[in-house]
Amino acid sequence: MKNILLIALITFLGFSAQAQTKKNKNLKYTTEVNGNCEQCKKRIEKAAFGVPGVKTASWDISSHQLTVILNEEKSSPADLNKAIAKVGHDTKEVKATESDYANLHSCCKYVREE
Amino acid sequence: MQKNIMLFCMILFSISAFSQEDLEEVKITKKQKGIKKSYTLTSNTSVITSKELLKAACCNLAESFETNPSIDVNFSDALTGTKQIKMLGLTSPYLMITEENIPSVRGASQAYGLSFTPGTWIESVQITKGAGSVINGYESISGQINTELLKPLNDIPFFLNVYGSTDARFEVNTHFNKKLSDKWATSLFVHGNARVAKNDMNNDGFLDNPLGKQINVLNRYQYYDAESGLVSFINFRYMNDKKQTGEVDFDKDRDRGTTNHWGSEINTERFDVSTKIGYVFKDMPYQSIGFQNAFNSHNQNSYFGLNLYDIKQNSFYSNLIFNSIINNTKHKFSTGLNFTYDQYQEFVNVTDYSRIDNSVGAFFEYTYDNTDNFSLILGGRVDNHNRLGFFVTPRLHMRYNPWKDGVIRFSAGRGKRSANIFAENQQLFASSRTFSILDNSGKIYGLNPEIAWNYGVSFSQKFKIFNKNAEAGFDFYRTDFQNQAVVDLMQSPQEVLFYNLKGSSFANSFQFEFNYELIHNLNLRTAYKYYDIQTDYLRGTFQRPLQAKHRFLGNLEYETQLNNGKQWKFDYTFNWSGKQQLPYTASNPVEDQFPDFSPSYAVMNMQVTRVISLVFEVYVGGENIGNYKQQKAILGAEDPFGPNFDASVAYAPIFGQMYYAGLRFKIK
Repeated sequence: MKNILLIALITFLGFSAQAQTKKNKNLKYTTEVNGNCEQCKKRIEKAAFGVPGVKTASWDISSHQLTVILNEEKSSPADLNKAIAKVGHDTKEVKATESDYANLHSCCKYVREE
Repeated sequence: MQKNIMLFCMILFSISAFSQEDLEEVKITKKQKGIKKSYTLTSNTSVITSKELLKAACCNLAESFETNPSIDVNFSDALTGTKQIKMLGLTSPYLMITEENIPSVRGASQAYGLSFTPGTWIESVQITKGAGSVINGYESISGQINTELLKPLNDIPFFLNVYGSTDARFEVNTHFNKKLSDKWATSLFVHGNARVAKNDMNNDGFLDNPLGKQINVLNRYQYYDAESGLVSFINFRYMNDKKQTGEVDFDKDRDRGTTNHWGSEINTERFDVSTKIGYVFKDMPYQSIGFQNAFNSHNQNSYFGLNLYDIKQNSFYSNLIFNSIINNTKHKFSTGLNFTYDQYQEFVNVTDYSRIDNSVGAFFEYTYDNTDNFSLILGGRVDNHNRLGFFVTPRLHMRYNPWKDGVIRFSAGRGKRSANIFAENQQLFASSRTFSILDNSGKIYGLNPEIAWNYGVSFSQKFKIFNKNAEAGFDFYRTDFQNQAVVDLMQSPQEVLFYNLKGSSFANSFQFEFNYELIHNLNLRTAYKYYDIQTDYLRGTFQRPLQAKHRFLGNLEYETQLNNGKQWKFDYTFNWSGKQQLPYTASNPVEDQFPDFSPSYAVMNMQVTRVISLVFEVYVGGENIGNYKQQKAILGAEDPFGPNFDASVAYAPIFGQMYYAGLRFKIK
């Protein structure tokens, strides 16, 4: 019994210790997201908040920078980029599909980079 | 040839240098509005900016609300010259008044506290209607007023304001600011005011406004370190305020304590020390912790004819707040602890009402914001108070934007407080009334604590008329008293009765507001207010005395385009007050009676400011330029020690028209 407890403890502690060394619970991550207006801002931030582990999200209209703080134990920056692309906004890492882009409101039809 | 090239190069260079300088000179300044109404805040809050405060050049916090529709400024009582403010028709004791989120006007300072903050010290004032936040306490019932003072780190090195008026009031404000290092800055504010001449415009033998002297000094320090996330404020303050009023012939050295002439003095001395420390967690900008502490000592010695009233309050307030999120910043929370200690030494004539109050409480406030069109604040706190007992205070605020530029809000909440019946009603000492407390089972002066629920809805919409900005809105609030310390002036002109509410007492307030930019830089602000405030008294149900049922406010402001730092600013305010219920006086002899209701009247204020340069401006203005005066200000003025004397009923200005002028000088 004692041994089981010890093993469980070691495994658990070991895991969490490992996780901590690898993954940042408060990773500050900034990425460029294409978009134009207030409406885009709402959509981009909403999509970012939809990603598990995203604690704050703010997209700046003029600089196009999306700044998030995310818990890497729950998701990665790649997951974030995918989620943003899914609602129609290109990021440096992931491009939105033609159909997702086409779904955007006309005011949000930003100029796509090749 | 080479020379020429050199010359050419130099000219080119100098041109480029010039053009660079020109570029630096380009400034995009957004015009600041006097009153900012948010469409995204959850609570019904408007912010008065320093620009709005300049519209009424004088003088202190109590007088700075005259152009604001949310707050009614009532005429000072006939004696002390102190203006009373009301929100939703309820007097300031029902408001939570804070200075940089530390409760300031409470307890002993309730009657005059608003006149202890000079107008030039104020950076902005936030006014929240309805139930407030639970973070600062449980006392607010009809709303919250928070004042932010100028911050040392972004203040200018020197400011001077000099003011003088035809009612013989003079005022000087000087501000000094110094950056001690890149993280520390300090400000020293020195304020002095005095009214030096006796005024009796209505020839009743009594001063229309008191003689006075005030010295008020504040020294504050601010620390800010962006890298470590540490912020701190430390304030030290001293104030000494002396007022003398009563009969023109009253000499305080000769006549005090005698019946030669009726006179009154109210002398107050105050010390304040407050500290604030805040820390924003590294890598977690959404998480912070704050710790506030305030100590103050307030000592008022006063007499009103033969009535003596002394109150000293030593109080300590402490608040620890932790702010963070649940999952993400759509779900925020604040939680923490409050501790309050108040030691009162209070003497009414020879009766000792001294007491010690203390309370400890914990609060939790949850905020949901969908970052778009809906937000909600749900707060609650539990407190244990040595007199009010153990109790729970819930509060709720909601906001919804159904469409563009429109906002609907709802709020509900409970408030509880102990009434400082003497401090809050001390103008009544200036009468022959006897003070009687009819209950003796309660914990404070024999009375039970006041408990009220407040509910409100509001709607605002921005739109365009003829391509000019307009805004319209209304709000409705109801306050229901479960218990109240009733101040009864409706039974006899010779007494004031205090007792626990027996029947019902409520306050309904409806406000309609319309603002419009008539032409470029000419703004109109209008508000109509309807108040239905009724209390069941010992005998009879009446409108709350000295409260108009209908009020109207109009404000026009115009400013010329800023040209080389030069500018004209014009401001005009119109305030109409309907008839007001007056205290019962029908059993007095005919010459010492008031009618049941006061007449309606209007008061107009005006001000012109000339900005001469970036550093210098002058202003002139007039208050009550229509010269409306209350016909009879003091009952029994010819026999002030007789049974019918009453100087506490002021429903309109006592002093007629008043003109003032002043200048402001700043070094940037």
